[in-house]
Amino acid sequence: MSREIIRVEKLYKSFGDLEVLKDINETIYEGEVVSIIGPSGSGKSTFLRCLNLLEIPTSGRVYFEGVNLLDKGINIAKYRQRIGMVFQQFNAFPHLRVIENITLAPILEKGIPKAEAEKRAMELLERVGLADKRDEYPTKLSGGQKQRLAIIRAMAMEPELLLFDEPTSALDPEMVKEVLEVIRDLVKTGITAIIVTHEMGFAKEISDRILFMADGIIQEQGRPEEIFNNPKNPRTIDFLSKLLY
Amino acid sequence: MVSTIIKLWQKYDYVYIEGLLGTLWFSAITVFAATLLGTLIAVMKLSKIKVLDWFTNIYIGLLRGTPILLQLYFFWLVLPKALPFELSDTASIIIALIVNASSYVAEVIRAGIQAVDKGQIEAAKSLGMSNKNTFRRIVLPQAIKNILPALGNQYISMIKQTSLASVFFLQELMTSYKTVQSATFQAVPSLVIVGIIYLLLTSVLTKGLTLFERRLQANE
Repeated sequence: MSREIIRVEKLYKSFGDLEVLKDINETIYEGEVVSIIGPSGSGKSTFLRCLNLLEIPTSGRVYFEGVNLLDKGINIAKYRQRIGMVFQQFNAFPHLRVIENITLAPILEKGIPKAEAEKRAMELLERVGLADKRDEYPTKLSGGQKQRLAIIRAMAMEPELLLFDEPTSALDPEMVKEVLEVIRDLVKTGITAIIVTHEMGFAKEISDRILFMADGIIQEQGRPEEIFNNPKNPRTIDFLSKLLY
Repeated sequence: MVSTIIKLWQKYDYVYIEGLLGTLWFSAITVFAATLLGTLIAVMKLSKIKVLDWFTNIYIGLLRGTPILLQLYFFWLVLPKALPFELSDTASIIIALIVNASSYVAEVIRAGIQAVDKGQIEAAKSLGMSNKNTFRRIVLPQAIKNILPALGNQYISMIKQTSLASVFFLQELMTSYKTVQSATFQAVPSLVIVGIIYLLLTSVLTKGLTLFERRLQANE
């Protein structure tokens, strides 16, 4: 079995009286592409955000390569450099040019020389077809372009794990494809990725494993063909039966 | 009327110019010091230390919840007695103007910082940026774009509010009006002259501010 990248144990998260995550136990291995599906409000995004501590779990443990990120004295910023994240709302930095969006963190936090960071950024920009936008500000980009920028911005830190939080949910329909294609190319390179998504066809195609979440727990998981063609859990059956795809 | 105004200006222009210089001086010192003090108050309010939050809430609440004229009287009466050294009327009033303005500046700065999209901070953190770098490189540059236009408007208010110092006969424009009025019994023409000077002053600043805002938004 491959090396484990992330492992959560007894993960709980509440917002006030609302219990969003109830005792999640899960391990993600190196090179795996795992998609999390499930109805809105099931805790998918919260679970993802607990993995880089953008959300602090109420209790439980989050191990990244064997280190519990919740231990006292952990410099979480150092670990987040190794865990990239792509957001639903892109969150491009509007006051920085496209190239600066990509190079800022590598230069500041990893001490990479500017010239080298820019060279690497240009390679990434070319890879996603945005090389001609290097000196634009993000407001000049379409939603799909912003999201492609956000993806390579995360990649520029050379993370070992990439978290995608509904990366296409805020996009106009005609831009979904270009972003999915970038993600598809990316996972082919062997990076470990966890993707919260409503794009079932996409999840089925690219994932090694599907987690189905509802009511704050992982109700069922398995290989894509098992989950989509032969679900066992009544909640999964119910959820999938409501989809149009 | 117009000829009276012109005559009045020709005879007493030095009074108005002295008043204008006083207004400019009061405004400059108030704008400068209130910006510094207001920034400090905003930082205290945004800090997660309970006592500071509590203090700044009272500070801002009191200053924004009572009339500025009341505050000027209060500082004018109490400050010289409360301090162990001599304090002129002018100094007391300037301090009152600064303290009052600082509460508005603090709110402008706080609001400008808090208006920065939370997603920006999350994106920076997810890249592994330190808190310091997140604030300096992501939050602050965007906050400044929110803050500067609002702050400019605040500065214009401050300039107009220095006119309240005339209640205490400190040398500034509104006092010039009173001086000329009591010497000539020409109230309205004197008021018009002072009004024109204020209007010129604020128009120039407003224009400058608009140009500046346009420049801020240019590269977005």
